[in-house]
Amino acid sequence: MQDSEKARKYRQRVNEKAPKSHVFMQCVNAFWVGGLICCIGQALNLIGSELLWLDSDDTSAFTSIVLIFLGAFLTGLGVYDKIGSFAGAGSIVPITGFANSIVAPAMEHKYEGYVLGVGAQLFSIAGPVLVYGITTSVIVGLIACIV
Amino acid sequence: MNTKCIGKRTVRFQTPPRILSTGTIVGDVEGEGPLGSYFDIILKDDMWGEKSYEKCECKMFEQSVRTALEKIGMDTEKLDIVLGGDLLNQLITANFAARQLGRPFLGLYGACSTMAEGLLVGSMLIDGGFANYVSATASSHFSTAERQFRMPLELGGQTPPTSQRTVTGAGTVIICDGQNAADKNNSLSIFENIVVVGGTIGKVIDYGITDANNMGGVMAPAAADTLLTYLEESGETIEDFDYIITGDLGSFGAKMFKELCHDSGVELGDKHIDCGNIMFLPQQNTKCGGSGCGCAATVFGGYLLKRMEAGDFKRVLFMATGALMSPVSSMQGESIPAIAHAVVVERR
Repeated sequence: MQDSEKARKYRQRVNEKAPKSHVFMQCVNAFWVGGLICCIGQALNLIGSELLWLDSDDTSAFTSIVLIFLGAFLTGLGVYDKIGSFAGAGSIVPITGFANSIVAPAMEHKYEGYVLGVGAQLFSIAGPVLVYGITTSVIVGLIACIV
Repeated sequence: MNTKCIGKRTVRFQTPPRILSTGTIVGDVEGEGPLGSYFDIILKDDMWGEKSYEKCECKMFEQSVRTALEKIGMDTEKLDIVLGGDLLNQLITANFAARQLGRPFLGLYGACSTMAEGLLVGSMLIDGGFANYVSATASSHFSTAERQFRMPLELGGQTPPTSQRTVTGAGTVIICDGQNAADKNNSLSIFENIVVVGGTIGKVIDYGITDANNMGGVMAPAAADTLLTYLEESGETIEDFDYIITGDLGSFGAKMFKELCHDSGVELGDKHIDCGNIMFLPQQNTKCGGSGCGCAATVFGGYLLKRMEAGDFKRVLFMATGALMSPVSSMQGESIPAIAHAVVVERR
């Protein structure tokens, strides 16, 4: 890297002049789409408990399973990436986004076979979330146990 | 001794090689863009009947060479050297297509600068007396590049406003010995008399930008460096050109390029065209425009050379720019080096 004064000034200029994201509108879109997904989740929850008379554990499992199915299904139809490019974190953070992050690499790598393609790449996006999510839960669990 | 070198990086050919023919293939999205009618083949989908995107890109590469040859009724066997490159690891597109073409092959990697690199190297080979007929090809494919450099296609996420869309496209230019073509009384060319008169070899320039979603910002200094070097070493000015054509700086990169030239006292005014800027319509929502080696290759071969032939302009400096990063180097936090090669193309 040519870290001269010229390069430093150029980087500064690029930072100043590069087109910026419309953070406010992106937050608004993320909020309402994320909220909508949560409302769908709540509706499923009510269907589980009120119409199907499931107990609370089964209701949670039912809601998660249906949402994961919907996320995977919309990914397969090629719709979820369009929702994602509009809503950003609003559709990445809910469990539907987690389904998307697993189905998308699976679809992408099917050409390399089911073992080294789909199998190896399935968690290429979700993997870090799982690793650090589980690690954090272990640490928090240990702290809770001691305290 | 080195009469063809007119500076440390700039060459001027003794017998300028002639451009005989071009072949361009683009994807459906590119076909819907403003230049759609200029390309030879527009694909209906991004698979072209193949089993994977990589195979499709390979077929595009091969067919662009064959299309260019067909136009002038030339046999593949007549090609002395096939030059070309793409964006994928180990140049699989170019290597696998060259396997099908069965001609002597030199693979080039200059990221998105490959088309200009191919033209420059090809012209050198011809003017140096090492070949009579050379083809130069560059190809890129949105779906293969996305999975090589970014995220899976179906993953729902957002791209920053400085990002660009990789063009699905392959472009080939066939060049030949200028002397040879003149003997044949122009019978073997779709162009009257378009020649490559010289060019400048790019230098790798790195101003320390690490954002792989800001290719325009990364490549603008390399483009400015090559242009200024050419002007200095050749003694020419911007007035000697109808247009300065860059490969895929995109709207933001083009702005930075103009500013850098301005800082060095070179005013481009409205003499600058960026292939990435004219590939798509604004409503196609490609943020800063098109990118990828196929962008410069198809716009130069399909659109600009045809406009030159029509007499719209006479002398251009075609300069494709490339960002030379890999997913590994980006993950290791390396900054992104860039390069720009230039060729001067003239209608006589």
